[in-house]
Amino acid sequence: MQELDKRLSEIKDKLIEIERKSDKRIYLLCEAENAYAVNKFLFEDVGCRFVIATGIDSDDCFEVLYHYSNDETGCVITIKAFIRDRQGPAIESITPFLPAAEWIEREIHDMLGIDFKNHPNLRRLILADDWPAGVYPLRKEVKK
Amino acid sequence: MKQTVRKPVLAVGPFHPLQEEMEFFQLTIDGEKVTDIDVRLSYNHRGIEKISESLQFDQVPFLISRICGICSASHPLAYVQAVEELAGIKPPERALYVRTIINELERIHSHLLWVGLAGHFIGYDTVFMWAWKYREPVLDLLEEITGNRNNYGNVRVGGCREDVPNETIPKILKELDTIEKKTEMLTKAVLDDPILHARLKGVGVLRREDAIKYAVVGPTARASGIGIDVRRDDPYAAYADLDWKVITQSEGDVFAKAVVRLLETFESIKMVRQALNKLPNGPVAVEVKEIPPGEAVGRAEAPRGETFHYVRSDGGNRPIRHKVRAPSYVNVPSFKASCIGQEIADVTITLAAVDPCYSCTERVAVVDGCGNIVRDSDVLLQLSREKTARLQKEIGAPELKLED
Repeated sequence: MQELDKRLSEIKDKLIEIERKSDKRIYLLCEAENAYAVNKFLFEDVGCRFVIATGIDSDDCFEVLYHYSNDETGCVITIKAFIRDRQGPAIESITPFLPAAEWIEREIHDMLGIDFKNHPNLRRLILADDWPAGVYPLRKEVKK
Repeated sequence: MKQTVRKPVLAVGPFHPLQEEMEFFQLTIDGEKVTDIDVRLSYNHRGIEKISESLQFDQVPFLISRICGICSASHPLAYVQAVEELAGIKPPERALYVRTIINELERIHSHLLWVGLAGHFIGYDTVFMWAWKYREPVLDLLEEITGNRNNYGNVRVGGCREDVPNETIPKILKELDTIEKKTEMLTKAVLDDPILHARLKGVGVLRREDAIKYAVVGPTARASGIGIDVRRDDPYAAYADLDWKVITQSEGDVFAKAVVRLLETFESIKMVRQALNKLPNGPVAVEVKEIPPGEAVGRAEAPRGETFHYVRSDGGNRPIRHKVRAPSYVNVPSFKASCIGQEIADVTITLAAVDPCYSCTERVAVVDGCGNIVRDSDVLLQLSREKTARLQKEIGAPELKLED
């Protein structure tokens, strides 16, 4: 556990904050422009397993949460990246080094309209071909 | 005149014999070899994450147990664990054991279902019939405990809705002995069969490094030598109190995946038995009042791998965001690594080997470059079965013998 904390502190300058909810749940808060570097660090240097990403329409920004599992310690590490630009939300894609993220980035692109820059294949995944462009089902303005 | 060479394309789906949902696989083929694969899905998107935001915390388990009929215990469990973590709720000891029992029974019936279907796809209908027959009593047990064969609706925030009555324990234990005997017979028949060795070994190999890149989970990962299992790595329910082991194989082929699932079935039987013998007395649920604002994740090891739920609350009575990641979501894209280079005859079983959800809707078509259907589902299954029959002839092995 201490080992993991030590590893995580290596990336501290890219983070806003390390939020430790428990021994097994750690959140790394960062701005969108640093998300790529933090993801690469967790996957390639720490050797965490990518679980999934969650896109959220927060009140004043978009959040993309990248969930990783550190299976040796049973810890779930979540990178919480804030996208402040609500008009043209964009973030660097992590698919080029992590193929497991291909689908979920496409899904978040569909559902929230977040652009994943340099994604090799940002086609629709969830939405139907005839779904109107510019309507993003998981945005708050779309009625339940 | 310059001629453009069109690569033949083999279309599997959108109504796919191996999937519960509609999915579309487009395989580019060169002769009998697969050279590329493209997947399209979401023909039947149900918007469960969005619906979940409109339900109360209590109601959500009923919705998400319907994500998948087979995994209808593990999805709600992962969600409930997330909410319990968020609100700091500790369910009573007995509830943890009841959850373990139901989830392991689910794994037993799911793995037996897979063995049967895998047999069917390669033309071993004997295995199919018997495996499904052996699976029936497991569903009966689940019905006796929860009231339903599937969609148990048993887990809730703070515990369980239904208890395992103490007087049913001897009956369940007796039934488990029978199931174990049958599974032993099935395992022996499968593992000792020279044709299955010839047919499944070296087929659809998912190498360890690809398994890591695609972040696969469950038996798909464990058959490629990655020993991950949420039940051990991040223990929940009563798993930490039980004596069991994580099964791994290193080969990464279809045979290894079959071995992992069969051996895991025994571990599950062992766990249910231990949990029943140790079942603590007491209530199965605590009262839950308010869910405070916050966020949490919950995960559970479903039969196909880690099920992951993320829940965020603003202090109201509904989640404001609920993210669901089913294991097939990461297992299915690994086809890109396991199918390319395979023969067409091996595609059905390779796709089936990660155990994506199955369907009775059966329609597969092989399309040439101009979009003409040149082969249909029957032909594709036929190819798979013919290969088995050919091997059977070459090896000259006796027929599989299973009994009641």
